Formats: sequence, structure tokens, C-alpha cells
Amino acid sequence: MTGCRVVAIGGSAGSIPVVTALLQALPTSFPFAVFVVLHRLKNVTSSMDTILTSKGRGLVIGEPDDKEAIVAHRVYLAPQNYHLLIEADRTISLDYSEPVHYSRPSIDVTFESIAMAYAGSAVAILLSGANQDGADGLLAIVRQGGVAIVQDPATAEYPVMPQAAINRNKNAVVLTPEHIASFLHTLND
Amino acid sequence: MTVPIYISAEDLEEVVHLVRRQYGYDFGDYARASLQRRVIRCMQKAGCLTAFELKYQLTNDERFFAWFIESLTVNVTEMFRDPAFYKELRNTVLPKLASYPILKIWHAGCSTGEEVFSMAILLHEAGLLNRTRLYATDLNPANLERARQGIVPLQNMKEYTSNYIQSGGTNDFSSYYTARYENAIIHKEYRKNIVFATHNLATDQVFNEFQLVCCRNVLIYFNRELQNRVMTLFSNSLAPLGYLALGMKESLLFSEARDQFDVVSPVVRIYRSKT
Repeated sequence: MTGCRVVAIGGSAGSIPVVTALLQALPTSFPFAVFVVLHRLKNVTSSMDTILTSKGRGLVIGEPDDKEAIVAHRVYLAPQNYHLLIEADRTISLDYSEPVHYSRPSIDVTFESIAMAYAGSAVAILLSGANQDGADGLLAIVRQGGVAIVQDPATAEYPVMPQAAINRNKNAVVLTPEHIASFLHTLND
Repeated sequence: MTVPIYISAEDLEEVVHLVRRQYGYDFGDYARASLQRRVIRCMQKAGCLTAFELKYQLTNDERFFAWFIESLTVNVTEMFRDPAFYKELRNTVLPKLASYPILKIWHAGCSTGEEVFSMAILLHEAGLLNRTRLYATDLNPANLERARQGIVPLQNMKEYTSNYIQSGGTNDFSSYYTARYENAIIHKEYRKNIVFATHNLATDQVFNEFQLVCCRNVLIYFNRELQNRVMTLFSNSLAPLGYLALGMKESLLFSEARDQFDVVSPVVRIYRSKT
């Protein structure tokens, strides 16, 4: 794939080890922004960004503020208790509306917004989880010409979420975590 | 599989224009990504398959418009959301405010009142409630009507109790409300100093002077330009050395008003007017 501007990773239960492995597998320099949406508890102090940073080999990983401009070669973690959306001018908008699939942040919300803003230059990856979030979002990514990748349910600690996405998306590419990692390397051109 | 409902950027602008021209509500400077998503949600709920149908209904049916406004604006709120914020208020801000003989606090965009009820409880525990007047404003009259009743869904109280304890609260949280069927009613004595009124941050002006303005997770729905205008409005509404509290991910850094404020807490986003 050429011209990738954004990679979005969505995960729920059982996805943290895979997210960590994918972040570690990123090339040392990459010309796109990475968004990570994880289902998390709210109203508790979270150190998820620190955890991911400590395993991310010098990557810049952080929870963005509202209206922050998106920069390549950076990893944005959706903050607790907010949906994360992308504006047409490539800034971040946070949103505190109703949870989607009992989740805020919701993977669908971010994927659909990325599909709208980035169209064919987006890659979305859906990992292990125990609900239906992300399936509609991947559909939007594919409709807008982007690439949708789903973790092979056989390799997922919780296969429900990736399986739901596969059932909904005939065009989704199903890969093992290792293959997703090597795919990320091909995006470097 | 349902047919996906979609509204283009151009159609969205036409809807915004129609709503402004016909009803006077101005969404022109709302952040587009979430506005578009919410308009699509309204279309799904109302069964409008196309932007044309939506515009037709808005033009011809005032009751539909009232419903549309209520559904379009985000009315999600929690008591003691972000306990760390309320802890900081207790420990840092309220002791400073205690030196004023009369306190005025503005909750801008109060939705159904959960945050202003939380503030009233904090003020009560700090011994300040009796000399405080709380102004709670929202653009949505239906929200205010609900807030005036002091009713909170009972099913949320378990979570709110946990938030309250994390915020440093040591009283029995259930002593602040009466449970009745599916609702919790916040006791009248904690609500008597709250004035609820409509105020639209996009179009309305300064109406009083405050020692503390709370506007948490409201500005995220605005674009940068409107955020700047509202920040000026807040700056002009604050008493000298007054406090401004924003949401956990709302930063003054991107605002033109940033030079007028000192940072009190960079984590929970409390600022203080320099003048």
C-alpha cells in the first residue's frame, strides 16, 4: 500500500499484548500517525499511556488534547471516557456523547471518523475483544477505500470482536499478529 | 444489513444554515466531526433516509425541530466525573474561595445538573454553600427543566458514590438524596442556591461576575474560533484572580486567551485569571 497517512488500532479485552507488540514492530521512522483506541475503565487514574510508552522503544505516545493537530510519527491514545474523532483539517476533536457498544472511547466512532477524514489513505486494525465494537467502523473504512485488517480470531484471547467484524466485512483481511506486524513495515514507503 | 445513512459536508452546512435562519440556533461554529455524527444519529432515529427529508421535516414541523435540538446537543453528564478534579477543588480552590464573603459560581453548559449538584455538595462540606450562589446555564430548555427537579437516575448512584469517595468525600453519600422508584432526588437544601437559566455560549453575553467558572467538556463541541470567543467571554466574566475549570483534555494552550491565565493544575485543567 502506498500513501498511508494513518493507522488506527482498536482493541478490547485481551488486546494489550498485541497492541504492545505492534507498536514495537513499527519501523524506526514512519510517515503516518497511529491512533490506538482501547476499551478502558473510566473515573480511575490510568497510566496506560505510560505503560505503552515504556514498551514502545522511544515512540512518542500520548493522550491528545481536544483540537490538537495531528503529526506523523506519533501515537495517539484515545483518552478515557471520551470518543476520539478527526476533523477534516486533521485536528482531533474529543466527544463526550453516549457510549457506543457500552464503550467510550468507542472503536466504531474513531474508525468511522477516520474513514471520513482519510478515505483511501487509512489502515484500520481490529484486535481481540468481547463485544461488537469496531465491525461498523471497519465497514466504513472499506467503503471509503481504506484497508481493514482483523486479527485472526484463532489467535485472539477473546475472539468475539474480531469474529463479529469478519462476519460483517467480507473484504477484511484476516491476519495473525505476526503478519500484521510485518504488514506495518510495508507501509513505510 | 441496514442502509447506511449519510450526510455530506455540503448538506450539513445547509442544515446548519436552515436551523440558524428559521429558529435562531447557531451551530455554525460547532466542530464538524461530532456534529455530523450527531446529525446522522438524529436521521437514523427519525427515519430520515436523506438530507432532503431532514431539511423538509425541520422546515415544516416545529415539534420535530424541538426534538432535533434535544437530540443534537450532547446531554451526557455524571456526578463527580473525574474524581481527581473534585479533589483538587476541595484541596486547592475552595480554601482560597473561602475568603470571599459572597461567592458566585457559573456552570456553563450544565446539562441536567449533575456537576452543579456535585459542586453544591462540595461547597456544603466546605461550609461555603450558604454564602454561594450557583448559576447553572444550558442552551437546551429541556435539560434545565430536568435539572430544576433535582432528579438523577438511581442506577447511576453506585458509580457516583464511588466517584464521591475517590474525590475525598467522607460523608454517607446517600444522605444527600432520597431514593424513589428509579430516581434519586437531591435534597432541596443542596439545590436552593442554584439558579438555572438558558444561556447560549455561541450567541449570548456576559451576565455576571464570578469567582469560579466551570465549563467542562462543553468547548470540545466547538471549533477553535468559537472556543476563542467563549474563552474571552469567560475571561470577561471572571472576578480578579477568578478560577476557570475545563475538562481533563481541554487545554488553554490552543486558545488566544492563554496569556491571561495562570495554570493552577495542569492535570485536572484548573486555571486562574491573572487580573
